[in-house]
Amino acid sequence: MLAKRIIPCLDIKDGRTVKGINFENIRDAGDPVELAIRYCKEGADELVFLDITATNEKRKTLSELVKKIASNINIPFTVGGGISTIEDVRVLLNSGADKVSVNTSAFKTPELIKELSNQFGSQCIVLAIDTKFDLDSYPDGEWLVYLNGGKVKTNKKALDWAIEGVKLGAGEILLTSMNNDGTKNGFANEITKLISESVNVPVIASGGAGLMQHFNDAFTIGQADAALAASVFHYKEIGIFELKEFLYKNNIQVRI
Amino acid sequence: MKAVVIKYNAGNITSVEFAFKRIGVDVVVTDDVEIIKAADKVIFPGVGEASSAMSYLKDKKLDKIIKDLKQPVLGICLGMQLMCDYSEEGNTNCLGIFSQKVNKFKSTDFKVPQIGWNNIYDLKSPLLKNINENSYVYFVHGYYAELGENTISKTNYILEYSSALNKNNFYGTQFHPEKSGDIGEQILKNFIGLK
Repeated sequence: MLAKRIIPCLDIKDGRTVKGINFENIRDAGDPVELAIRYCKEGADELVFLDITATNEKRKTLSELVKKIASNINIPFTVGGGISTIEDVRVLLNSGADKVSVNTSAFKTPELIKELSNQFGSQCIVLAIDTKFDLDSYPDGEWLVYLNGGKVKTNKKALDWAIEGVKLGAGEILLTSMNNDGTKNGFANEITKLISESVNVPVIASGGAGLMQHFNDAFTIGQADAALAASVFHYKEIGIFELKEFLYKNNIQVRI
Repeated sequence: MKAVVIKYNAGNITSVEFAFKRIGVDVVVTDDVEIIKAADKVIFPGVGEASSAMSYLKDKKLDKIIKDLKQPVLGICLGMQLMCDYSEEGNTNCLGIFSQKVNKFKSTDFKVPQIGWNNIYDLKSPLLKNINENSYVYFVHGYYAELGENTISKTNYILEYSSALNKNNFYGTQFHPEKSGDIGEQILKNFIGLK
């Protein structure tokens, strides 16, 4: 049976791993290559690297880092952050990344998803969606898409954007709830479930992991195909091996 | 040991290169027919679309070369599918090394493509030596090879299909050994150890 995936996420700034709370208050969390090797040994199923500096002059540094990561680990990994052209993607894939994630640029130019999936295949195009439950724009509230690392609100519903993105060729959805991110109160299972049931590609739940039970809930209640977390793994609050044993005992299919 | 990776228009070669380097094997990436023929081991990777990959191989006359190779050849993912008889993807006649047909996953209940870690079982062949039944390996694919006489490993997703194939000196894995952790590494070592 296809296993549910556990994915540590490394936010990269100037070549270091960092972690913020609610997308702010960034602090240092170590060397990304060392962390990647550690997660690989502990049984992570996949890794995600998000370059949160991602300015053009830094792109070269990023591809060097990607090469270092790819030569050291034997599991798939995704790279994201500021990707806006076919050339950006080509460089990262040629450096050894298995997938790339696109976010703001894809929202602004949806055609990009189509071009990228035609060029490189849907399987390596992950659509990252940052979403927040917004009470202002809709009477009963609505999960809306946010851009630029959560700084810019749009009026687009996360569900609609996910469906549209998949139609354009996205092979996976990485859904981050800004309400939950950094809180350690659990994943946003309601919107995760809604999107997971509405698209025919895997959905990665992200934001809010604090306890092992939260991962269990993301898979059962949230219907997620994979769950992503950062700080609980970086600061060793949850061990990946222990987490997988816990899930296994709870009848979740995992790779042990 | 001279191992080559066949260079063509279906990417993801960097990961394969790195994976062999990790087990101490330097591979040459090439589409030079003479270098491919002279190699001890040939790796035929691939991520992409079947019909465009096949027409590229034909243009470069690589289709005949691959079929006539006598040394161990390992097709990975699309590489394996192209070694089959026919693929529904783009209605493509493939190399015909394995007798299998390649079909599209059809399901309303399951997500397609399959992305992630799944089990391999009913393992036979020296390629899968020292690999435990039901080991997890990493898959990314929307098309699958049917079961048949060349099947050396099965996997279940929507239905039971061939996750690895073998005929004579030709081997193929639907999964990505280069991305399948220690299990994948063992399979690559087994391949390099083949006579």
